[in-house]
Amino acid sequence: MESLFTLPNVLAGLTMVALNAYVLFGGADFGGGVWDLLASGERREQQRELITHAIGPIWEANHVWLVLVVVLLFTCFPPVFATLSILLHIPLALMLIGIVLRGSAFTFRSYGSEHDAEQRRWGRLFAIASLLTPVLLGISIGAIASGGVGGAMRLDHARGASSFAELYVAPWLTPFSVGVGVLALALFAFLAAVYLTVEASDERLREDFRARALWGALAVFVVAFMVLIIALVTDTHVGPGLTRSAWAIPFHVATGVVALWAIWALWTRRFRAARVAAAAQVTLILWGWVLGQYPYLIPPTVMIDGAAAPERTLSLTLWSLALGAVVLFPSLAYLFRVFKGRPEAFERME
Amino acid sequence: MYCKAPAGVTSVSDLLAARSQMGMSLAFHIIFAVVGIGMPVLMVVAESRWHRTGDAIYLDLAKRWAKGTAILFAVGAVSGTVLSFELGLLWPEFMRFGGAIIGMPFSLEGFAFFTEAIFLGVYLYGWDRIAVSTHIAAGTIVAISGAASAVFVVIANAWMNTPRGFEMLDGKPVNVDPIAAMMTPAAFPQVLHMVLAAYAATGFAVAGIHAFLLLRDNRNAFHRRALSVAILVGAPAAIAQPFSGDISARYVARWQPAKLAAAEGQFRTERGAPLRVGGIPDEAARKTRYALEIPRGLSLLAFHDPNAEVKGLDAFPERDWPPVAPVHFAFQIMVGLGSFMALVAIWALITRWRKRQLAEDRWLLRAIAVAAPMGFICIEAGWTVTEVGRQPWIVYDVVRTADAVTPMPGLVVPFVVFTLLYFFLGAIVVWLLSRHVLGSPRVAEAEAEPAAGRAV
Repeated sequence: MESLFTLPNVLAGLTMVALNAYVLFGGADFGGGVWDLLASGERREQQRELITHAIGPIWEANHVWLVLVVVLLFTCFPPVFATLSILLHIPLALMLIGIVLRGSAFTFRSYGSEHDAEQRRWGRLFAIASLLTPVLLGISIGAIASGGVGGAMRLDHARGASSFAELYVAPWLTPFSVGVGVLALALFAFLAAVYLTVEASDERLREDFRARALWGALAVFVVAFMVLIIALVTDTHVGPGLTRSAWAIPFHVATGVVALWAIWALWTRRFRAARVAAAAQVTLILWGWVLGQYPYLIPPTVMIDGAAAPERTLSLTLWSLALGAVVLFPSLAYLFRVFKGRPEAFERME
Repeated sequence: MYCKAPAGVTSVSDLLAARSQMGMSLAFHIIFAVVGIGMPVLMVVAESRWHRTGDAIYLDLAKRWAKGTAILFAVGAVSGTVLSFELGLLWPEFMRFGGAIIGMPFSLEGFAFFTEAIFLGVYLYGWDRIAVSTHIAAGTIVAISGAASAVFVVIANAWMNTPRGFEMLDGKPVNVDPIAAMMTPAAFPQVLHMVLAAYAATGFAVAGIHAFLLLRDNRNAFHRRALSVAILVGAPAAIAQPFSGDISARYVARWQPAKLAAAEGQFRTERGAPLRVGGIPDEAARKTRYALEIPRGLSLLAFHDPNAEVKGLDAFPERDWPPVAPVHFAFQIMVGLGSFMALVAIWALITRWRKRQLAEDRWLLRAIAVAAPMGFICIEAGWTVTEVGRQPWIVYDVVRTADAVTPMPGLVVPFVVFTLLYFFLGAIVVWLLSRHVLGSPRVAEAEAEPAAGRAV
């Protein structure tokens, strides 16, 4: 085991930690957009207002985690970044459109006019973009995990030797990748609903989101089960990775236990515990994928060591991450303390 | 005119589409990035004045500016994310080559951006949640980290102009030294020029809007205070900018002589080269026509020696020339408008120094109003000089742009889609801001200067 904590492994791990943070924080902001779209009942406007207040001060900071993932990837593993950018151009570009529209529509709604019709239009765009982006993020991850990207790397890139569809569509447009996309959406929506039960100050509003969180948990179960079936019956690299390794079975058991814990906590209205459990569940699912394909970055073609930048770059990046963390974590803690510390106080922002 | 594609890899139209998309994305993002650097300073100055004097108009000013900044910062954040992906989506071979070398400043920029986003959230949503002094401190952190983001990103760009920190072996970089890559010769002049440009452009844009409104509503206390804060930020930067430009010009003359030759329309290598004002470069005839030539001016400016030799484009094989006309025109626009801004800035500061109200001088108000968009035009023009002037290289003298582009065909599609998306966003932003910013606020009407004029 002495080779586990090599410099390339540590930086690949930290890149995944950044992705993990993006999923837990940024992902929940997208999930908020889902519940904005699905707001219903007599408290639909209060539901939307709660989501807006919850996301408003923090979504831009949460969004930076994604930028950090990109930067770490191209600094520490430049060939991986180049390959993913080429073969996943289409889903990534579509995801960017979603990111742009989500962020700007949200801001236009918050700072736009007081006209209801206009607010609703921006709200609709915000919600739809929130739906689109997680699916495309999940599709891109699914395309990597399934070996779709790795397989396409072996095709001939020279013009005409392989068709456009073989190179730029087939790697990601598979049942498995689309399944992972839907799973990402379900997970983000589940996370958001659980977080909102803690943020709601009104008892009935909290019950609204408790119900949504439970439905979300059910959706996660159903979709995850379907994705697992697809992985096992189709020719992907996920099946073996998920089932074969020695740690795999205990890991899945742990994930399942945490998932049940989240549902139990929601059922018994232990909302803060549910928040911890939901975050842990999503984290374990993410790391199940990461460990399942270790030591590959792009299975079955690119390994961590083979794609790593020179050692000097890696060690300097590690130092700048340490330096950055000293600034970042106290700042983040402060941000969340100011806005999340007192759920009862939702003053108007002006 | 644009760089040629290596046979059979990427078509010329794909390369052109990729370059257009990158140029369009940068041109769009830079406006919002600059506002993110400049506006926090204006807000903090206004809020501090309110804190010190108790004059409520300054608080109103800070709050109104914060609203505008929230919209602009959000668009800047998402369009900046698009750029970080586009580095790979459009130029994967550039990132494969350079990622390990220039990733450092990008990761530092990531943390600066984090800090900026966090404390902007605190600033925008924390008016009633934290003490005033804490609130001002949060705004100050936003201003500092915004400037730091710019510093790191421009350092990465500077590396593309003067690549350092590696050696080439069989077409691959070896002995990579990210620190040396950050200490590249272009870094200091480019960073200085960009940060000053951000303050000058934001300060003048805001000053210009309020000067325009003062021309219609001269006694309005709100606009008078807004003008004084904006000029305080914009004018010193605008005055310093020609000096920073001189540093930049001398660095370009030394390290990127082809770029200087294109910017100046200098086709022939000569001693005592003249400085050309205006003129139309004719690549076929290899001369610049209709320019006003100041004898020995270019040698003097570029090398501080009237007899220094200036390399013309004839010193380089034609396949290494940047497109001459766009670089020359962009350079002329930048220098011309920048000089105008510097003169207006001097005029405004002399007026203040003589203890006179800026708003009393209608000609000064007109000049400031005219200068409102100039800073942003200068920034677009300046980046055109930097980026187009570096062509046909993406990493100067090392990697050609044509060799860095993605092999995916049909790049015109994403170009058109993102262009439409940005046009849509740009139109919405202008519309929202015009509704927020234009028109005098009520509080200011109520507290208008004693000689109460009419309210709009």
